[in-house]
Amino acid sequence: MTEPLVKVDRLTKLFPVSRGMFRRPVDFIHAVDGVSFEIAPGESLGLVGESGCGKTTTGRLLVKLMEATSGQILMHDDGSMIDVAHIGSDDLRRFRRRVQMIFQDPYESMNPRRTVFDTVSEPLAVQNIGSLREREDRVAQMLQLVGLTPPNTFLFRYPHELSGGQRQRVAIARALVLDPSFVVADEPTSMLDVSIRISIMELMLELADAFDVSYLYITHDLAVARYMCDRIAVMYLGKIVELGDTEEVLSNPLHPYTRALLSAVPVPDPTYRKPPVEIKGGITKAINPPTECRFIERCPWATDVCHSTEHPPLEDKGGGHFVACHLVEKGAG
Amino acid sequence: MTEKIDARPGADEPTDLPPPIISPDSVPDSMWRIRWALFRRSFAHNWKLFRANRVGLVGLAIIGFFALLAIAPTVLFATGIWNSAVYDPVVGLEPNPPVKVMTVVNEITDPETQIDFRHVLLDNRIPNNIQVGEQVEIPQQPAPPDRRHWLGTDPLGRDVLSQLMHGARAAFFLGILAAVVTVIIATTVGSISAYFGGALDSFFMRLADLLIMIPFLAILIVIGAIFEFKLWHLAVVIGLLSGFGGVAIVLKSQALAVKVKPFVDAARVAGGSNAHIIFTHIVPNVMPLSFLYMMFTVTSAIQGEAALSFLGLLNVRISWGLMIQLANTQGYLLQGLRYWWLLFPAGLAVTLISAAFFLVGRAMDEVVNPRLRKR
Repeated sequence: MTEPLVKVDRLTKLFPVSRGMFRRPVDFIHAVDGVSFEIAPGESLGLVGESGCGKTTTGRLLVKLMEATSGQILMHDDGSMIDVAHIGSDDLRRFRRRVQMIFQDPYESMNPRRTVFDTVSEPLAVQNIGSLREREDRVAQMLQLVGLTPPNTFLFRYPHELSGGQRQRVAIARALVLDPSFVVADEPTSMLDVSIRISIMELMLELADAFDVSYLYITHDLAVARYMCDRIAVMYLGKIVELGDTEEVLSNPLHPYTRALLSAVPVPDPTYRKPPVEIKGGITKAINPPTECRFIERCPWATDVCHSTEHPPLEDKGGGHFVACHLVEKGAG
Repeated sequence: MTEKIDARPGADEPTDLPPPIISPDSVPDSMWRIRWALFRRSFAHNWKLFRANRVGLVGLAIIGFFALLAIAPTVLFATGIWNSAVYDPVVGLEPNPPVKVMTVVNEITDPETQIDFRHVLLDNRIPNNIQVGEQVEIPQQPAPPDRRHWLGTDPLGRDVLSQLMHGARAAFFLGILAAVVTVIIATTVGSISAYFGGALDSFFMRLADLLIMIPFLAILIVIGAIFEFKLWHLAVVIGLLSGFGGVAIVLKSQALAVKVKPFVDAARVAGGSNAHIIFTHIVPNVMPLSFLYMMFTVTSAIQGEAALSFLGLLNVRISWGLMIQLANTQGYLLQGLRYWWLLFPAGLAVTLISAAFFLVGRAMDEVVNPRLRKR
């Protein structure tokens, strides 16, 4: 097996909740709780889950917009694995070239007072790459690649002169201008019109091949994840509950939460009647959650084992299909 | 690669785009020209928004009028229309004031107690040896407006119009200096404390609370009483007080809103330093609000100056406040409209220019803050 590009090991992020006198942090929100996964070079991993399950926090930890509470992020760099958590300031700058992020909101991810050229050339400028002339050429080339043609009509436009889709193309150009090997894409199409979504997704796939870049694709839309990702990880309340090849996970969901997610996908057939929802109401609180299975309060099949033991580990149930559930037998995958 | 086109042509295109500014081939040489073109275009756009507001235009016209007044003395002295011996705002003197002929009815034993000195210039025009029945010509100062002095003269025989013009200069100097100091300090303090937060933020915000708590005029009076207070001292003090005070809080709240925008995260992911993020992303997005508060600071600075001069606490050559102070100390202020030219030009000037900067500020508010615009 090839060396992974990114290796995340028991990554944890706790947000302190201050209460009472002297604002001592007494409680912690477990936003990301012991998450482990690997991403191979050129592979795209989809991170799927409901709002507030910690997908975005995981992405922000990976690009070092936040410091992890504990756990390791190892990134492949020139033949060796570097530890992102303990990175020096010189190495950090180099690390920034390798890892980029595409944000959800195309209307807010560009500075309204800076032109497209300023935005796309900013990474080059802060990394001191090339002369002004070279940057201009590079930016024009990037705009061409993301489909903003002819580039020189877009170079000196302000964000308010562009549509949402065009802005997201600019954001993609900015993320790829440093030629990174890993890009965290935080729901890049969720705020776009449905008619534009597919063209942006196609563009991202095309550029992934052209730039040999791996995505961590964060989304709540299973259809998007299926289109974009080689593998898929389902998150629930800070934990990964199911991880495997996209087709395998979607056609043979083993975790009750994944099954519930899939049953919520609308079917384009007016005569189709939805089966009754299999999950129950209560949601486990993310503040100081109990140690047993996170899904226990919504799980229809929870047994005594689930109540008496800790949160199940993410285990390979066969064929690289990882599930965190006591009730799923080995070999079910 | 093939160009990506949406399902419906034009579905993804915003309408009414201005013509693109196309970069020519020789980029590094023409970069400043492109920036200039962009600046001109956004300026034209903002001017269009500003122009739609009557109130702002009125304010701008008043400011323009006072700016002309401030420039006028230079022109008038240079062309020789005004003789500086007569028209100097401080040491000028009208040599031939209108006179009032009076007859001495009682013997003057002590001219200093017998003659109404309000009507007498402080020179030796009345001989000591004057007899009963003789007539004296008593110069009338302050004199009402006439052909030579359009706004009359003050009790010391100086031209009021000239004083008004020089006062306008002082007002502009003071207001603009105070506003620039305020905005530089407040923008820096606001951006830095919003960006870094923590102890630095607490320090600057508590300092701001403290400065807001202190009554503005009272502290100026105290400082003016202890130190010799020149005009630029006052400008800097006002700039410091409002720059570290209320304006810093307002600009910090704006900077906080900018700080959490994804483009700041994007800059950090690209490897931008704190200084890079503060000065290329946060400050430019706070600037419009800064300019707005610049206008309001001008207003408060001019009013503060008028109050201090009126109390005689400012070492200034001539200013509008000083003109009113002179009228007051010489006893002309409470005489109703009889000596209107001593009070009204200066008083109106202070009121009008304060109002004008405020109105311009309000109109700019609409440009800066789209939610206030009428549709």
